[in-house]
Amino acid sequence: MARKPARAPGAAVALKANDDIGEAKRLEMYRLQVTIRQAEQRANDLFFENLIKGTSHLSIGQEAIAAGVAAAMKPGDLSFCTYRGHAHTLARGVPVEKVLGELMGRDNGLMRGKGGSMHLTSVEHGVMGSYAIIGAHLPIACGAAWRSQYKQAGDVTVCFFGDGTTNIGAFHEALNFAAIWKLPVVFVCENNLYMEYTPISEVTSVEHPAADRASANGLERIVIDGNDADVVFRTMSKAFEKARAGDGPSLIEALTYRHSGHSRADPAKYRPEGELERWKEKDPLLIYRERLRQFGVAEAQMQAIDAEVAKIVDDATAACKAAPTTSADILFTDVYADGGWAWRN
Amino acid sequence: MAELTYREAVARGIAQEMARDEDVVFLGEDIAKAGGVFKATLGLLDQFGPLRVRDTPISEQAILGAAMGAAMTGLKPIAEIMFADFLAVCYDYVANEMPKARYMTNGQVGCPLVIRFGGGGGLRFGAQHSQCVENWCMQFPGLKVVSPSSPVDVIGLMAAAVRDPDPVMFMEHKGLYAIKGEVPDGEIVDTLGTAKILRPGTDCTLIALGLMVHRALAAAERLAAEFGISAEVIDVRSLVPLDTQTLLGSVARTHRVFTVEENPRVLGWGAEIVSIVADEAFYDLDGPPVRITAPHIPLPAADLLEDMVIPSVDRVVETVRKSLSS
Repeated sequence: MARKPARAPGAAVALKANDDIGEAKRLEMYRLQVTIRQAEQRANDLFFENLIKGTSHLSIGQEAIAAGVAAAMKPGDLSFCTYRGHAHTLARGVPVEKVLGELMGRDNGLMRGKGGSMHLTSVEHGVMGSYAIIGAHLPIACGAAWRSQYKQAGDVTVCFFGDGTTNIGAFHEALNFAAIWKLPVVFVCENNLYMEYTPISEVTSVEHPAADRASANGLERIVIDGNDADVVFRTMSKAFEKARAGDGPSLIEALTYRHSGHSRADPAKYRPEGELERWKEKDPLLIYRERLRQFGVAEAQMQAIDAEVAKIVDDATAACKAAPTTSADILFTDVYADGGWAWRN
Repeated sequence: MAELTYREAVARGIAQEMARDEDVVFLGEDIAKAGGVFKATLGLLDQFGPLRVRDTPISEQAILGAAMGAAMTGLKPIAEIMFADFLAVCYDYVANEMPKARYMTNGQVGCPLVIRFGGGGGLRFGAQHSQCVENWCMQFPGLKVVSPSSPVDVIGLMAAAVRDPDPVMFMEHKGLYAIKGEVPDGEIVDTLGTAKILRPGTDCTLIALGLMVHRALAAAERLAAEFGISAEVIDVRSLVPLDTQTLLGSVARTHRVFTVEENPRVLGWGAEIVSIVADEAFYDLDGPPVRITAPHIPLPAADLLEDMVIPSVDRVVETVRKSLSS
């Protein structure tokens, strides 16, 4: 892969002159999106092999947000994710094997099987948890940002959530709280048009469930194309700059669409005919491959990345299948900080 | 040595820990400029400044959520939920988030914080501002639950709670804020998970918490004076961790056990203790364990009615006397 592939001729040269993102960052975002897509598809396959139990919420179709945000983050910045959090966890560099292992309840999993799909956490990567109670983590993200502010640590906290979250109290409490304390936190709403099975428009008083609530907290109204990683990256970079400058939080509503149902159990039959197909034309990977082409990245280079990621995902799958199931030894560990579970003497 | 009110002890306990460790921060509604609605946090803003002592909006979820996020990433927050009853507004953090973070992440995330709240009745506040909610807290593995009954215990247990690496629910009793007690000078640090025998006795054991400790002590006085019954009184202090050994040790000496609980009857902490006694000290008992609790009804507001609900000294005396003589 070290050999530089031949560049496509033509318009790319002119485009490159004004490029604020640059090829290295774009290739990073492409790789992240491909990694998420392939890992999520694999998770889906493993479900059908009955190797993943319980539930699982995939981000296929929403990869550009996780990738664009992560690419704009610095080491030390923190992510707070939702139960649909595989993508955001992978985007911070957590190995595919660790994620799939956790989903499969194997000993090589991120939390050795104690958390499962909805609670992926990797503190060493700045992934401070995936939260499965809608809205709970918005105030928690405020607290992490408060610590950064208090310690003058310079890091920024990102909090992902879905459109459905905008109708729960914690969302409103957190926005006001972050605004009055000017906390270095960026709230990223992935509006995929459905709160679970119901169109968000049917249950929300405003057109844009997050952005149209921004002004209520003195924040700028920001709605972006969440399927274009470049747009996400640029928007996030600005929000990070603002947060690091001490100018407070941002609320970003990124429009996107999930290609699968809400969870494993959902065939998504409630969607109108043709909607999925229309959104597939705006598939973030299609958009991004075209973008890379425009900037002169050769097809072969993209294919090479695809193949590298495929191998990583295949190897991770094999490693997880070979890994022992999680160990009974950990059943009673880490309830309390002393490592154990004793509640009495 | 100084005489302090329970209310003053709260501020002293928090101040002791904030002075010791800059990572200790304090947030809640009306706690800073106003000094708390119970005036238990007066002076902390002046002493530690607005970056460490912060007023919040009426947003209980934001208060507990922010405390948790700060604790997970390196601070040691003390969060006030004004009336204990309001824990129901932010129960997700008590039930789902704080207690489970460490376990679910296989030990990656810790949550060293203290949530303090004013609980308990006797002040005619009615059903939504008077509850003893320790039972709401002790059912979640991962939490610790304490409730001091004296000024010196407020300071010592607060210090222990702040220094503890786990989330601690710290219930102050509103009916005790005005009581006074002797408090030694200098740093006071107690130990979680330790019950205290406040009055030794030989005929029965009364196990109480919070305001009920005082009623149990008064009842023991009368039982001795009027009926010649020697009651041992134990302040359980810490429901989680629970000092089972002190409780069982007492039952082994007295052979009878009574719990005195302010909470409604069903699933009160006394039921857990009685269950432990039945399992592990059955053959030490000379009679059935008895729970003295509030009846299983909401707390009414009017003097007469509220006084009928919360166990009184008379009720404790009568219950013990009848039970021991039957």
